[in-house]
Amino acid sequence: MFKHIRSRGRGRLVALLALTALVAAGATAGSAVGKARDTITLRVSLFGDFGYHNVYKAYEKSHPDINIVEDIQTYADHHSNLVKHLATGAGADDIEAIEVGFISQFKAEPQFFQDLRQYGAGSLKNRWLPWKWEQSLAPNGAQIGLGTDVGSLAICYRADLFKKAGLPTGRAAVSKLWPTWKDYIAVGKRFQARAPKGAHFFDSGSNVFNAMIGQLNPAYYDKSGKVIVSTNPTVRAAWALTTTGIVAGESAGLAAFTTDWNTGFKKGVFATVTCPAWMMGYIQGQAPNTSGKWDIAAVPGGSGGNWGGSFLAIPKQSKHPQEAYDLIKFLTSPASEAYVFKNTGNLPSQPKLLKSGPVQAFKNPFFRNAPVGQIFANSALSLKPQITGPHQGDIQTAATNATIRVEQGKQGPNAAWNQFLKDVQNVA
Amino acid sequence: MSEGTVVERVGALPQRRMRMRLRRLDGKVSPYLYIAPFFLLFGVFGLFPLLYTGWVSLTDRNLLSTTTNFVGLDNYTALIHDSYFWNAVENTLGIFVISTVPQLFLALVLAHVLNTKLHGRTLFRMSVLLPQITSLVAVALIFTQLFSRDYGFINYVLGEVGIGKVDWEAGDYTSWIALSTMVIWRWTGYNALIYLAAMQAIPDELYEAAAIDGARPWRQFWHVTIPNLRPTIIFTVIISTIGGLQLFTEPFLFEPLHSGATGGSARQYQTVVMYLYEKSFGSSQFKLGYASAIGWALFMLIAVISLVNFLIVRRIRSAD
Repeated sequence: MFKHIRSRGRGRLVALLALTALVAAGATAGSAVGKARDTITLRVSLFGDFGYHNVYKAYEKSHPDINIVEDIQTYADHHSNLVKHLATGAGADDIEAIEVGFISQFKAEPQFFQDLRQYGAGSLKNRWLPWKWEQSLAPNGAQIGLGTDVGSLAICYRADLFKKAGLPTGRAAVSKLWPTWKDYIAVGKRFQARAPKGAHFFDSGSNVFNAMIGQLNPAYYDKSGKVIVSTNPTVRAAWALTTTGIVAGESAGLAAFTTDWNTGFKKGVFATVTCPAWMMGYIQGQAPNTSGKWDIAAVPGGSGGNWGGSFLAIPKQSKHPQEAYDLIKFLTSPASEAYVFKNTGNLPSQPKLLKSGPVQAFKNPFFRNAPVGQIFANSALSLKPQITGPHQGDIQTAATNATIRVEQGKQGPNAAWNQFLKDVQNVA
Repeated sequence: MSEGTVVERVGALPQRRMRMRLRRLDGKVSPYLYIAPFFLLFGVFGLFPLLYTGWVSLTDRNLLSTTTNFVGLDNYTALIHDSYFWNAVENTLGIFVISTVPQLFLALVLAHVLNTKLHGRTLFRMSVLLPQITSLVAVALIFTQLFSRDYGFINYVLGEVGIGKVDWEAGDYTSWIALSTMVIWRWTGYNALIYLAAMQAIPDELYEAAAIDGARPWRQFWHVTIPNLRPTIIFTVIISTIGGLQLFTEPFLFEPLHSGATGGSARQYQTVVMYLYEKSFGSSQFKLGYASAIGWALFMLIAVISLVNFLIVRRIRSAD
């Protein structure tokens, strides 16, 4: 018995030695290749496709010593992995995308990122919308990221469902229906009274609530960085209005990005959806069969509101900060942003571009030739910045859960609000 | 006898003694070396993280903050007063009970059936293990689709039968049932095979003797099979307790908006591990200290529940 074990042990030892030799050989081979190369590899970590592939190619052509590698993860994974990589001091890419929902959290810890002012970003400041520049500005004055796109708001609506419910269908007339959110909820009641069976006015209370919140300033945080959810009367008013709509049966109860929400686009179970510029591409991808049924009207409440948009940042741990900076400068240049807009619909964050002919004249045939360039660009230009804080994203998650509780009938509007406040206290 | 040979023999003596000593050392030390890989790996990936987590749970460590302070038992005191933690404990225990009890019972029945002379029983025995080798993520996603409110297959069937749609994810108990279904589907076959192996070790003479005494199949199952399975049942109950109380992937993927790990709009199916995840990585809180305290609380909870289960199951009449 013992002999048997020993012989197996010896075999394992041989195998182990062979493996060690192999790994060592591989390691030396690897480092030899690394040394032979003169090019610098820049790694870019994104969530989803930013439409950069051809932009990289152009950059690599003009910079033969640069090799660009892109890592793409899901939205949630990308950001939580970035936190882990920053905290452990290893693993982050040379360039990291940060979505606006997370930017407050990261700019509160500017020590993890390169201050792009050191590389001359200050002179580029006027490229961007002022609020976009400020969103990634750390409290200590450091600039941690350059803006890519913005998600200014409009309302996408199903003209065919509006017609069936006896509402106007032209985008000018529809925009006139809802100068305020109160009007929007009221139109919803009219829609619901004559709606086709199974159709609701909007997709989810959370999208409506978040759009309202997006237009407030202050909303969840005040200037001093204090969470003021419980004391801000405008937040409470937005809640009251949203839940009125939900209780009146206007919501399809489909939270954004769930599979049922995706199916909802195909089946036409909601007539309106809060629509940032990037949503156009999303709808076309989810429900290609609805071409010509959707149209786009102005967002209620007048000015702006924002959903989405990102920044490109350089972690301190990057070994090639200068090269990385040169690349993000190129990726966020007017030419690159114009190219990306044309190909993916991601709206540029630069006023000059937004006012330029090609953007203003851009029409989208999927949305009955709506002048989407003009609608979204003007919405972005009129947008006023909002004070945000490090736990903005979690407060929004709590708000979303609160609206869902009302939609699911688990709680009434007041009980859901009280638990929302408790959740906010828990995260902040 | 010449002088030369004496010198040779004197020279060979220490060599042989050396070899003897080495052999003795080999016999004494080698076994420890052979089992060392497990203990080394356990030390690095099991014991060290366990102790280190214990240490972190006594601090206010935050992933994004550069300073860490020792706070003593503050995290544990806060945990005891944290209603969301107790909610998670309640959910975890609830899901555990309604998934494990039917699961082990079904596994027993399944094993009993597989132990009879069926046609193609190797095929059946192999196929009960299929759920084990499917990807957990794929299983969770497919079951989530099946239980989906508007376009799920289960609601489609319920609608056809006339019962009407159920919003599985929204309800407290309905979400627990949906999650338990996933667990039962995945683990019943595994436990059945363990029971089957134990059943095959029961000597036929016992059944023959029982048959001669006039015991029918059901009585034989109850009075011969079950008592002989006692150690195996204890084993499966303990293993299921450890696994069931750490439930994470299924509820995490069951959540339609799986970003916050809140386990439903009202935390109706947030398990303890999900709450741990929410506090550490799932949200912008990054409270590693607090999350570590949750981890240790879960460890103690599992130890207590395992002990309770052991004491209950031990009451099964033994074969000895």
